[in-house]
Amino acid sequence: MKPFTLPMPARYGINTALLIIFLIVGNAVTQSGMLGRAQNSLIIQIGFFIILAVSLNLMTGYLGQLPLGHAGFMAVGGYAGALFWRAQILPDGASIVVGLLLAGVTAAFVGFLIGIPALRLRGDYLAIITLGFGEIIRVVLNNIDWLTYGARGLQSIPRHSSFTVVYICVIFTCAAIHMLMKSRHGRAILSIRDNEIAAESCGVNTTYYKVMAFAVSAFFAGIAGALYAGNQGILVPANFDFMTSINILMIVVLGGLGSMMGSVIAASILTFLPFVLQPLNEYRMIIYSLLLIIVMIFKPSGLMGNYDFSLSRIIEKVVRRIQKAKGASADETR
Amino acid sequence: MLTHLINGLQLGSIYALVALGYNMVYGIIKLLNFAHGDVIMVGGYIALFALTFGLNPVISALLTVIGCTLLAIIIEKLAYTPLRFAPRLSLLITAIGVSILLQNLAQLFFRAGGRPFPSQLLLPTGSFSLGGVSLAYTSVITILASIVSMILLAVLVKSTKLGKAMRAVSEDQGAAQLMGINVNSIITFTFALGAALAGIGALLYAVRFPLIGPTIGAMLGLKAFVAAVCGGIGSIPGAMLGGYIIGLLEMFIVAAGLSRWVDAVVFLVLICVLMVRPTGFMGRNLMEKV
Repeated sequence: MKPFTLPMPARYGINTALLIIFLIVGNAVTQSGMLGRAQNSLIIQIGFFIILAVSLNLMTGYLGQLPLGHAGFMAVGGYAGALFWRAQILPDGASIVVGLLLAGVTAAFVGFLIGIPALRLRGDYLAIITLGFGEIIRVVLNNIDWLTYGARGLQSIPRHSSFTVVYICVIFTCAAIHMLMKSRHGRAILSIRDNEIAAESCGVNTTYYKVMAFAVSAFFAGIAGALYAGNQGILVPANFDFMTSINILMIVVLGGLGSMMGSVIAASILTFLPFVLQPLNEYRMIIYSLLLIIVMIFKPSGLMGNYDFSLSRIIEKVVRRIQKAKGASADETR
Repeated sequence: MLTHLINGLQLGSIYALVALGYNMVYGIIKLLNFAHGDVIMVGGYIALFALTFGLNPVISALLTVIGCTLLAIIIEKLAYTPLRFAPRLSLLITAIGVSILLQNLAQLFFRAGGRPFPSQLLLPTGSFSLGGVSLAYTSVITILASIVSMILLAVLVKSTKLGKAMRAVSEDQGAAQLMGINVNSIITFTFALGAALAGIGALLYAVRFPLIGPTIGAMLGLKAFVAAVCGGIGSIPGAMLGGYIIGLLEMFIVAAGLSRWVDAVVFLVLICVLMVRPTGFMGRNLMEKV
């Protein structure tokens, strides 16, 4: 007998249905006033940290590079989105969509500009040059007072980051990166991670794919930045420093390099934990950094390794097991 | 003008000393040792406590250097040795982890705020004039101390057996091992040597910027790495040159009244250097082996 497989439309159907149910439930919960302001804000935070982690994972987990300036792209997107929203050119609904897209595209453009010189280098040089760019972006934002109000911060940003908006962005990010990685472009990206020289000699245009991955990663980081702006209502350049980039990197590493599910889980846990463990906040970074070292030494693949969650695969497994049991019992009766 | 020049040279000497630490470690295990800057921060605290405790300046200085060396050896043994054969990405992430760990431990023990450093207890204050230019003792001593340390280092690397072993390991670890060199102890020795220079750097830095806080090492470390890359990774005169260039550049930007842009310009220089000459001014071009 052929092993049971779900047809593609059914897979999409199940996933879409679940996502919609989750959206409705989540929306109902956040709207009902069951949760306080802080809890609601926490859920939003988990959302944009998931986007940040998943987009950084594209660079670190899938492409195998270590950029340390992710907060810089987040800042660019955040400011672009916030400035557009403040201008209030369009009605609210359209403004949200256009603002998010603008944030993403601006960040992607900056990522593209940075990627061209940065990605000619590899390893540690890439890390240090992206770190440098992150710092440059922060210094520039701090100093162009006429646009960003410098260190005083950009204030009274419309609070557009509702649960629905953030949720849809999270789904959009995960789906887009998942589909990218399942395509031939995704395989090219993976081949660069596994062996850049071999990939190049097989005709993979490594520079093109590196810059593309970098720009895509920056695009989503920009969207996350805009969501951050829409949640906080104020942007200060100091919020986008090196430590922010490191925080995102920690999520990716602890979750597992190259596992989207790992990033999602780690982003949720690492955002949620400080909220619950207020008294331990003083030791938080110590614990995180120790975890980072210990994970690297004993389980470099992180929490999830490169395992990725697939609901359809689980359903298939269950159905196959049931069929097997049925078949076995049918054999006995015969 | 000349004052700025001397100030720039003083700053550059500090960068050069720190850059050497990066340079040697990078040369030998291809690791950008993010924790190097934070070793300097710890050195700053050691010197601070030794001096306020009332110890003799020479003994305090020795304590600082020994403390930094021991710290680097511990870090190397605990965090880096288990990852000797791991991918470089893991090693780099571990180094970042160590750096953050040190910063936050310092913050936990010594609080976040900076503490004033009693530099007058370590070096004589005041200045003397030479040909009509007044020179601070501290600047002259800093520049001289860094030059002497670098000459000693150069002699050590060029003409002792240990230095020869270091060069061999950085060239080809496997071959070095076959020639009977204990690769592990050479790597540890390199870390220790880099940290000893960092200890000296910590003292000089504390004299120049007498405020010790948990995060002083991060930016200093980054800029020193920029200096190391500009000068050329793996070359001692390169690190010196890079250090002086970055130090002078920084001083002149400040002199031009653009002090808010200093960090951005330093990184911009790094980017330009990497674009035009990825091996730095004095680095050798290494082909990648397949």
